[in-house]
Amino acid sequence: MTAATNTAPKIAAATKDIDAATIARLEERALFVRLETLRLIGVAKVGHYASAFSAAEIFATLYYDTMRLKRGEPKWADRDRFLMGKGHAAVGLFPILADWDFFPKDVLDGYTRLGNPLGDHPDMRKVPGIDFSSGSIGHALSGGLGMALGTRMQGKDINAYVMLGDGEMQEGQVWEAALSAAHHRARNLIAIIDRNGFQLDGRVDDIMGIEPLAAKWRAFNWDVHEVNGHDVAALAALLRRIKADTAREMPVCIIAHTIKGKGVSYMETEPGWHLGYLAPEDEARAIAELKRGGAIR
Amino acid sequence: MSEQASARRAADSMPGPVNPDSWHYRQINARAPGLGYLSNALIDLVRDGHPIVAGTADLQYSNGLVLFAKAHPERFLQFGISEQNMVSAAAGLATTGLYPYVATFASFLALLTCEQIRTDCAYSALPVRLIGHHAGIALGFYGTSHHATEDLAIMRSIADLTVVAPADGPQLAAAIKATVTHPQPIYFRIGRGQDPIVYPDDTVFTLGRAIVHHEGDALTLIVCGTMLHPALAAVGVLRAAGLSVGLIDMPTVKPIDRNTILAAAARSRLLLTVEEHNVIGGLGGAVAEVLADAGTPARLVRHGIPDVYSLIAPPTHLYRHYRLDAAGIEAVARETLG
Repeated sequence: MTAATNTAPKIAAATKDIDAATIARLEERALFVRLETLRLIGVAKVGHYASAFSAAEIFATLYYDTMRLKRGEPKWADRDRFLMGKGHAAVGLFPILADWDFFPKDVLDGYTRLGNPLGDHPDMRKVPGIDFSSGSIGHALSGGLGMALGTRMQGKDINAYVMLGDGEMQEGQVWEAALSAAHHRARNLIAIIDRNGFQLDGRVDDIMGIEPLAAKWRAFNWDVHEVNGHDVAALAALLRRIKADTAREMPVCIIAHTIKGKGVSYMETEPGWHLGYLAPEDEARAIAELKRGGAIR
Repeated sequence: MSEQASARRAADSMPGPVNPDSWHYRQINARAPGLGYLSNALIDLVRDGHPIVAGTADLQYSNGLVLFAKAHPERFLQFGISEQNMVSAAAGLATTGLYPYVATFASFLALLTCEQIRTDCAYSALPVRLIGHHAGIALGFYGTSHHATEDLAIMRSIADLTVVAPADGPQLAAAIKATVTHPQPIYFRIGRGQDPIVYPDDTVFTLGRAIVHHEGDALTLIVCGTMLHPALAAVGVLRAAGLSVGLIDMPTVKPIDRNTILAAAARSRLLLTVEEHNVIGGLGGAVAEVLADAGTPARLVRHGIPDVYSLIAPPTHLYRHYRLDAAGIEAVARETLG
């Protein structure tokens, strides 16, 4: 098999399983993630716009369609777990956690200010609803493996979802976790790679290439799927199918093909927007573009 | 044309930000006053014929090595997000006769790659240069994962590893040049490149030698790294108020300048260390060891992060909160004087 055939994405098609109302709701929630990301970074005056934008539909689908959660009970023992290897996109997750009543919504208003629990990276010690702290790239898949195995040992049917950056594939610990999870047949561990193609210093392919990515995960004995990470219908259908597949024996890797900065056109073309700040009038212009939906889908 | 397609076309043509206060990562780092010093020192060393190579782990804009990469692409190695790989590879590069300078956030370098530093670089006595930038709490609300308040303690306890904490870009450049042929590894602990400049470009650095800014009879502050700038301001205020307060910059944390510490202890009998680090094991710990070993009667107060995980906030807010800004250092000095 050539590298080219390995890398050709086999994108799961949107299915008719997901009704129009659900699709509309998930798309609305993804817009909510983007708008809140703009608002919170406006408070901090620096933040990871583009990293959160590529993950918005993944956040929305997991938290509003896939995961088993209980409103107002972030420590509910039977909840599904979510971990972020790419913790720098947490600005897009915090509004969802507040929306689930895991903490008061006005906490968002003090994002990154002294004494507030919300910073650039998720912190399980400070933020209700964060299942695992991150910030140092590469730890989360191992953390998720521990949660998957620990809940299984205790007879619970819980899935651990781990969002990874594509740049994160360069960390050695990811592959230690990949080996371990397959060895231990951690079928309830689901990795979702936000394949937006960029990292801090530039294009992933230029900085430290990771392809053929799907073939690597298959070689590590994971069940591998590829999906358009901005298509909520395809994401929801795939995640539902995985959850319903009780015959599955191996951990699952979903490669979600995304666009860094998705939704604000100039962020989609300038890698510098990995991190940045929009002064108020530019924030307003970005909001207008997002609401217009011009760059979405 | 459908309404959606029309909207998309309008979006595609949307220009970038119009407000000059808006910025993205590559632009803001280009404006940081201290960021060019690392690359420019290495470029000078290449010009002088030294076998320099530089590497980073996906942070070339944060540490400014992008300038070196542009000047000498054949001498630059991008390791991606693989810090442990980078440090062991640097050890391997050093075995071939090259002088590798590798840089990443101090939190990742000193904590994540600690064993690679200890076993591959220090125990192997290889001339690897480890640049830990954004040390201390300089990364503010990026959180605990990005804070390095243990790095001096960890690095200081590794045998055959020299530890240098320059106050600013010029002192970093001088230290890099002064130590270029040092046969063993060095850990350089630096700030975020946006720190104020204290020293002139022709400042002199001598490994293991402190710099006495002021002598004092009542109290002597001993500081390193980014604390020099606020400490100079604090001591200036105290001296203007008629208090005999001294100030020593201790850029080499290991091997530490025992003679200068003991001379200050003999003169003022009251010492105050100030560091952007846990009060355990860093500069204060090093000074305490010198005083105890020598059996001096001098009293030492260690000021820094009080053995807690720092809160998160913008760095200037944190410096104020932990009394590591000029006003805070002045207040702690006054309390120490009693």
